[in-house]
Amino acid sequence: MRLKRFHLREWHIAIMFLSPSLLGFLLFYIVPFLQSIWYSMIDNVLNKKFIGLANYAALLTSSSFLTGCGNTLRFTAIFIPVNLTLSFLIASALNKTRYCADMLRMSFIAPLVIPVASVVAFWSLFFDSRGVLNQITGYIGWETADWLNSDKAIYCVVLLYIWKNTGYSMVMFLAGLQNIPAQYYEAADIEGANAWDRFRHITAVYLSPTTFFIIIISIINSFKIFREIYLLAGSYPNRSIYTIQHYMNNMFHSLDYQKLTSASFLTVLVIYMFVVILYSVERKVGRYIS
Amino acid sequence: MLGNLLKNRLWLTVLMLLLALIYLFPMVFVICNSFMSKNEVVSNYTISHSNAGGSIRLRLIPEIVSLEQYYNVFILKYDYLFYFWNSALLVVPIVAGQLIVSIFAAYAFAKLRFRFRDQLFFAYIVAMMMPFQATLVPNYIMSSNLGILGGRISVILPGIFGAFGVFLLRQFMCYIPDEYIEAALVDGANHLRILFEIALPLVRTGLAAMVILLVIDNWNMVEQPLIFLDNFKEFPLSIVLSDINNTEKGIVFAASVIYMVPMLLIFLYGEKYIVEGIQLSGLKA
Repeated sequence: MRLKRFHLREWHIAIMFLSPSLLGFLLFYIVPFLQSIWYSMIDNVLNKKFIGLANYAALLTSSSFLTGCGNTLRFTAIFIPVNLTLSFLIASALNKTRYCADMLRMSFIAPLVIPVASVVAFWSLFFDSRGVLNQITGYIGWETADWLNSDKAIYCVVLLYIWKNTGYSMVMFLAGLQNIPAQYYEAADIEGANAWDRFRHITAVYLSPTTFFIIIISIINSFKIFREIYLLAGSYPNRSIYTIQHYMNNMFHSLDYQKLTSASFLTVLVIYMFVVILYSVERKVGRYIS
Repeated sequence: MLGNLLKNRLWLTVLMLLLALIYLFPMVFVICNSFMSKNEVVSNYTISHSNAGGSIRLRLIPEIVSLEQYYNVFILKYDYLFYFWNSALLVVPIVAGQLIVSIFAAYAFAKLRFRFRDQLFFAYIVAMMMPFQATLVPNYIMSSNLGILGGRISVILPGIFGAFGVFLLRQFMCYIPDEYIEAALVDGANHLRILFEIALPLVRTGLAAMVILLVIDNWNMVEQPLIFLDNFKEFPLSIVLSDINNTEKGIVFAASVIYMVPMLLIFLYGEKYIVEGIQLSGLKA
């Protein structure tokens, strides 16, 4: 009986503590989100006739929306493997070096913290058709390219994004590496395992949850590349870096709320899916390891 | 063996130092170039008839060290301090508001038991992961429902209720042993007292990490003010800077440095908290 009263009180307190946050959350996220689902199923704001999934059908045949989706996918497919490899290598190197480890770590995190807008001046000179990138690629004998205004623009964005985000994945990997008990490596040494064996049987196994987390977060973050592209190439960039976010932005400015809300609902759905995967796998792995 | 190992590590450190220099180069470049005169910047980096067909060379050392760019940015042209203040007027209320709201919510999610707790927290996480364009519509609809569209408050309110603060603080509070709280309850303390006298002192690092990460994030804000603010005189520094970037190359470096410096200071002072905040955002679902 006493226990029951105790729980009831806890529930009341929880409501009190949560209410300011919950009120705002409902007001600015949940309610308007439901409202926007409704918007995505009517023909237009004035008429308000229910047309079911017709807007979604129109969206999925819209060539600019499909271009946006394709580019976001392509971006993710290039960005994630490169970023993962690079940040893992840097993290394991930093884990080994004793000299200037703090300073080195800070150098890799700095791009994450420094506002992109403040270094855009550098990157636009770097990618300029007469810029440094062309001089570098010229040395290895590649043809000069107008990087930002051709279909190679996507590589520029990937490069910028890698520069900015290595720090994040590196910090994650460092935490993962430091959690591997040193005895495992010592035991492996005694048994005469070589570096590849140690990597395969100890490092890779222990880092797999971290790696998985980084991959999912990177996918989710790929949906946020708009700002970098906007700062680098403006509202109407080359087709190869036209993303879903550009599409939504342009729909917003052309007042096509039906397309915009359907596109944003699909985005929410995709991200929801990834978050579900992330957390269900993480829970399983957590149970497995402990 | 030992000598070999030492040599290996030295080699690794040198390699890492080189890589670190590459990562730092964009910042160093911008800072160095901010001390060039306007003319020097323009003649270095814009293509004119005299050097058509040539290529751009990045220069680090100014021919003559000059504060002309700073003079232009601060005093002559842009009233930079004024826009600086605009940024502060958005960042400070958002961070302070989110801090207050999140403290209570995070405690409830971490340490109180109630129905649908995990499902609700999951909704917060999903909201946190959304790109701005997906929450743009909901926020816009609600701002127009409330009739606050166009003013600063339409940027500030959705910002305050961003889910990141709740998420991060909850991660930190989960590490507080339940026994502490049960013991305090047995001693007759209520949850409000426990929150302020036991939980918050224990998650000081978390509070610092949250404030720092939120300041950085909101200082960078570009999309929200662009869409929600009517009056360009209320625009924050970030937008004014991208404007300078497009229109006036001669003073862009000084403008960038002024924009960068507060974050640079926060970074140098709070790197430890940033690292801890990032690491904890990934553990324990």
